[in-house]
Amino acid sequence: MSASRIVLNEPQQHRFEINRAALVDAAIFREEQERIFERCWLYVGHESEVRAPGDFRTRMVCGRPLILCRDSRNELRVFLNTCRHRGTVVCREAQGNAERYTCFYHGWTYDRDGRLYAVPGQSAYPPNFNRSELGLKEPPRVEAYRGFVFLNFDANAVPLREYLGSAVENIDLVLDQSPSGRMEMIHGTQEYDNRANWKLLVENSYDDYHLLTTHATWLDYLKSSGVEVKRPEKGHVLPSHGLGKDLGNGHGTTDNVNFRGRPVAAWIPIYGDAAKPELERIRAELVQRLGPERAKRVADTNRNLLIFPNLVLLDGSSVSVRSFQPLAPDRMRVRAGALGPVEETPLARQVRLDSFLTFYGPGGFATPDDIAALEAVQEGLGAYKEVQWSPLTRGMAKQGEQLNTDEAHLRAFWIQWDKLMRAA
Amino acid sequence: MNDVARAEVEDFLYHEAALLDAWRLDEWLALLTDDATYRVPSNDQPESDPKAALFTIADDMRRMRARVARLKDPHAHAESPRSRTRRLISNVRIVEQAPLRVEANFVVYRYRGNEDVRTYVGRYRYTLVRQDGGLRIKAREAILDAMELASLGTVSFIL
Repeated sequence: MSASRIVLNEPQQHRFEINRAALVDAAIFREEQERIFERCWLYVGHESEVRAPGDFRTRMVCGRPLILCRDSRNELRVFLNTCRHRGTVVCREAQGNAERYTCFYHGWTYDRDGRLYAVPGQSAYPPNFNRSELGLKEPPRVEAYRGFVFLNFDANAVPLREYLGSAVENIDLVLDQSPSGRMEMIHGTQEYDNRANWKLLVENSYDDYHLLTTHATWLDYLKSSGVEVKRPEKGHVLPSHGLGKDLGNGHGTTDNVNFRGRPVAAWIPIYGDAAKPELERIRAELVQRLGPERAKRVADTNRNLLIFPNLVLLDGSSVSVRSFQPLAPDRMRVRAGALGPVEETPLARQVRLDSFLTFYGPGGFATPDDIAALEAVQEGLGAYKEVQWSPLTRGMAKQGEQLNTDEAHLRAFWIQWDKLMRAA
Repeated sequence: MNDVARAEVEDFLYHEAALLDAWRLDEWLALLTDDATYRVPSNDQPESDPKAALFTIADDMRRMRARVARLKDPHAHAESPRSRTRRLISNVRIVEQAPLRVEANFVVYRYRGNEDVRTYVGRYRYTLVRQDGGLRIKAREAILDAMELASLGTVSFIL
């Protein structure tokens, strides 16, 4: 099936439909690996995950084994974790600090800068054997934006900053939570599989239409703990006003008036009385540093931001950095963690982590229901040949702003997906 | 006070396991003290403090009650229909008498819909207290052996 028949977009007729084969078909899955994942900027990790020379984390991105690390000058590096001799992964630990990376198979050893440092029995190689050409390879492009490290397997890709485009304003809004503008990944990683196509998690991550139904028990939990959850106003599905925004290049975000608890700085009874003055202090610092308007923007709006294709910043009940790797048409591996200001007090950090667990993660009060929903979709998609098309038209007949429960931001993702799949 | 014998602890843990497998969650809550905690650390940080590290679950009693209320609601879609679980608890050891700290190994088999079984393997760490003549749970931690949750997916039931 050619990708051109996957996204049916007829704005004049208010028709926008996705052919369900996009979520099931193995040939499309292979094609999107090449056309999307090998051409787009992909999130690798955060600079705070490696701090000192020799610190490393191993990662799998787009099927490639990687070492995210600090070299001898403490520069951030990404190496392809494969020995130049027979291909063995040279680093087999999830994290740590290494003086050198030694392949255990035949003993080839690389230094922190990726140079091939020693080869046992080197004299048996012909004279044209050149150690200096056999260092650990790096992905063609590695660039970072304010601590978020990305790679690109396409050497000709546009610079990361250009790729991110106006999405950076939303990243900046998250980072404004920190007095120094610096955030760090907190220890503890949630890694779990989802038996669904990765694009279903893209949609789910910033589709607010599902909130009332999928997360009914989470809303009940908020209400029962003393949070005011208003009845939706006319024309709304949710308790507060919120927008869905197309940010260009396939990126998109929700932009919502907050009604939930936020570690920056919206206290709810769940946080406990002891945390109240701390959150007031955080808000006062925001106002002083950013002015009342920007402080309100940071604290009293929340957003779920998609960086195309597979990174999501969930800036809601806490800040979660979530990326996902497609493993098969009906399977992905999710990696998620919590992001917090580097200068956060122990009490504020505790609130941040506690608030995280009220909603997010495989043991939270909401994420497991998202996963159940996606897996139920995937099961239903078994009938994709008989029931071929899914409509994605919410808000399409409307002029002007699109709500978070409309689907303009989701359409923006699919339009970019379709464009890349059809590119020469 | 006399030392608690392992047999009593085992009987108590088996009783708890039977309640959880039968989804008798209110009766299970009654086994917990008012200041009880229930924790599942992130797989990559099995020895941490939930104040400083992200956990999979870090409940106090208030959130445990909310968790049970949620699990009993048919709108808790992850557990509706409910998982069927079967817990095998073994290698029960009393590691300290005062406070009464107990460790045990577990295997929890979880069936969900028509899926293949998901097997949760790890160890429990309990702090128990004697209250009203019986044992009660003051702290309960389930530490998974898997490097990451991976194919286990979620911990939407009580592990």
